[in-house]
Amino acid sequence: MSTLTEARTSTLRGASLPKWAPWAIAGGSAALAVGIGIVGGLDSKVQWGLIAAILYVLATFVIATSVEGKRQAKDRLATSFVWVAFLLAVIPLASLVYETVKRGVKVLDGYFLTHSMGLVADSEPGGGIYHAIIGSLEQVGLATLIAAPIGVLTAIYLVEYGRGALARAVTFFVDVMTGIPSIVAGLFILSIMLIFEMQPFGFAGSCALAILMMPVVVRSTEEMLKLVPNELREASLALGVPKWRTILKVVLPTSLGGITTGIMLAVARIAGETAPVLLLVWGTSFINNNPFEGPQQALPLYIYQQYANSAGSGAAYDRAWAASLTLIAFVMILNLAARGVARWKAPKTGR
Amino acid sequence: MDITTKSTDASPPTPQPTVTEQKRAARGATRPGDRIFLGLSRGSGILLLAIMAAIAVFLTWRAALAISKDEGNFLTTFEWNTNASPPVFGIAVLAFGTVVSSIIAMVIAVPVAVAIALFLTHYSPRRLSGPIAYVIDLLAAVPSIVYGLWGALILVPHMNGLFGWLDEYLGWTGIFSWEGGAPRSMLTVGILLAIMILPIITNVSREVFRQVPQMHEEAALALGATRWEVIRMAVLPFGRSGVISASMLGLGRALGETMAVATVLSPTYVIQLSLLDPGGGTFAQNIASKFGEATEFGRDALIASGLVLFVITLLVNGAARAIIARRKEYSGANA
Repeated sequence: MSTLTEARTSTLRGASLPKWAPWAIAGGSAALAVGIGIVGGLDSKVQWGLIAAILYVLATFVIATSVEGKRQAKDRLATSFVWVAFLLAVIPLASLVYETVKRGVKVLDGYFLTHSMGLVADSEPGGGIYHAIIGSLEQVGLATLIAAPIGVLTAIYLVEYGRGALARAVTFFVDVMTGIPSIVAGLFILSIMLIFEMQPFGFAGSCALAILMMPVVVRSTEEMLKLVPNELREASLALGVPKWRTILKVVLPTSLGGITTGIMLAVARIAGETAPVLLLVWGTSFINNNPFEGPQQALPLYIYQQYANSAGSGAAYDRAWAASLTLIAFVMILNLAARGVARWKAPKTGR
Repeated sequence: MDITTKSTDASPPTPQPTVTEQKRAARGATRPGDRIFLGLSRGSGILLLAIMAAIAVFLTWRAALAISKDEGNFLTTFEWNTNASPPVFGIAVLAFGTVVSSIIAMVIAVPVAVAIALFLTHYSPRRLSGPIAYVIDLLAAVPSIVYGLWGALILVPHMNGLFGWLDEYLGWTGIFSWEGGAPRSMLTVGILLAIMILPIITNVSREVFRQVPQMHEEAALALGATRWEVIRMAVLPFGRSGVISASMLGLGRALGETMAVATVLSPTYVIQLSLLDPGGGTFAQNIASKFGEATEFGRDALIASGLVLFVITLLVNGAARAIIARRKEYSGANA
């Protein structure tokens, strides 16, 4: 290290580590960590990684302090902490995706997608998720039919008409509503069902999902409506077009792409909700096409029941992973499609 | 329609409106179409408020039915026995478990999330930060039940090593003592919750850090500050309230998370002082696990515990939003 510091002759700049130094330190600490892991007999690779990370941070700090001084050392410490935090966070998230795909593809095939669990015991292999897909599609579809119009109209009220106390109250409670735990929405519908002595059915789940979906739709639609340039509204109004026709024919078409995106993201969010479905729809092994009568199944609930009711059977776990993969694929496709729509129909902000 | 927008855009309307036209425009709000449309949209807003009110009213109603028959103290009893006659139940254990798991989640998630947000805004190569932010957005969309399944089948077996280490070196504290059971305990739950709320805290913090005035950072750099000093003196003070509210949004998620806790925790209705030994429970997990066998009275009791959860999340989220709103008014970023 001393040769490095002496090589610098300029007095305007302090000594600094060469560009390859972080990589060298990283490699060194990784090698040392592997050594410690083998010698210490630690079998978990996670521990090896943690040791390497700690070694890297310490080594960087010590070397930088001795060569560059304290302020630079602190800067490098922060840099390495940020990098380490980022890498640490990536590990579980990558593992989640990897394991789901790896274990999910085992039983995921055409048979799995087109058969129900009727007459298949939870501990046996076979069966599929057809009934869960039907249930999920119907419940989420009905929830969207309820929540999307209400959400969009509320957003229109907030952006186009909203002044005064009512608008402020709505804005605040929409924000608060975003944070309602899904199980509380489920309990709310459950309390109504208890009062009217109703049996579980698919539409009850839809109502709870709609409650969870509304604030998300309001938020995103509001953002999109705000992006519509005021000149468009003023031009339309100046031509004598009534306000409601201005909103329907000018404002909404301009922001249609963004609103669609918001609704699709909201659908993706509620498609993965388990708790309300568990309380209100119950789940069944059989195909039930009618969301207004009798228990139905839903994909997230199916995953939970395969996990919880099977007492550790491998076949049930395989099915749970395959259903997870299906659910994730559905949510991701919705997300990607939503972003595609957003890019394709980005609001035209002036010319 | 399209023609209208295009023509008005291309040539601004030059002719002055006549007096009658102005009067008509002023009268616009009283046209029947306008009144219907205003009524519809205002009605939706009011409906939303009504739903919030209805949630509070109905939950309170059913909760009152249950609590009035409760022989124990609803807040301090360490039991959940709704089938006994007289029924005895209380939320002390659930409140403890919910608070502990959320605190663990926050302690882990907030520093890491802030670091990732800083990484994305100030450290990562510019070409990488876009795709990484995108991936984090997608991870926020992964359903909680999938996190739960992953936590129960992948994370739990991996916790053995860490638990053994904690027990060996920190076991004397009592908090980290471990009797060697399956690591389906509050610490595992907290770690899983931390992973789950990481994306939302990261996203909100990133937005805030991005709004830091460029001038502040450049001024600090011009004075010779290192990158860390820029962050400490210009970025963090500016983003502090944003980070606080992001954390509270994450806290709201952690408090109400149901399925991930229900799959990972092996619950018992006791206050478990060691974070490593299985046991305890949270509000949401207790509702999901006990719901199946509950009688109608048992469900009312669960609704009562749900009401407490509702109030807590309402307060946390309300506070978070209030902080964000105040920040919008006073920061110079949007000016």
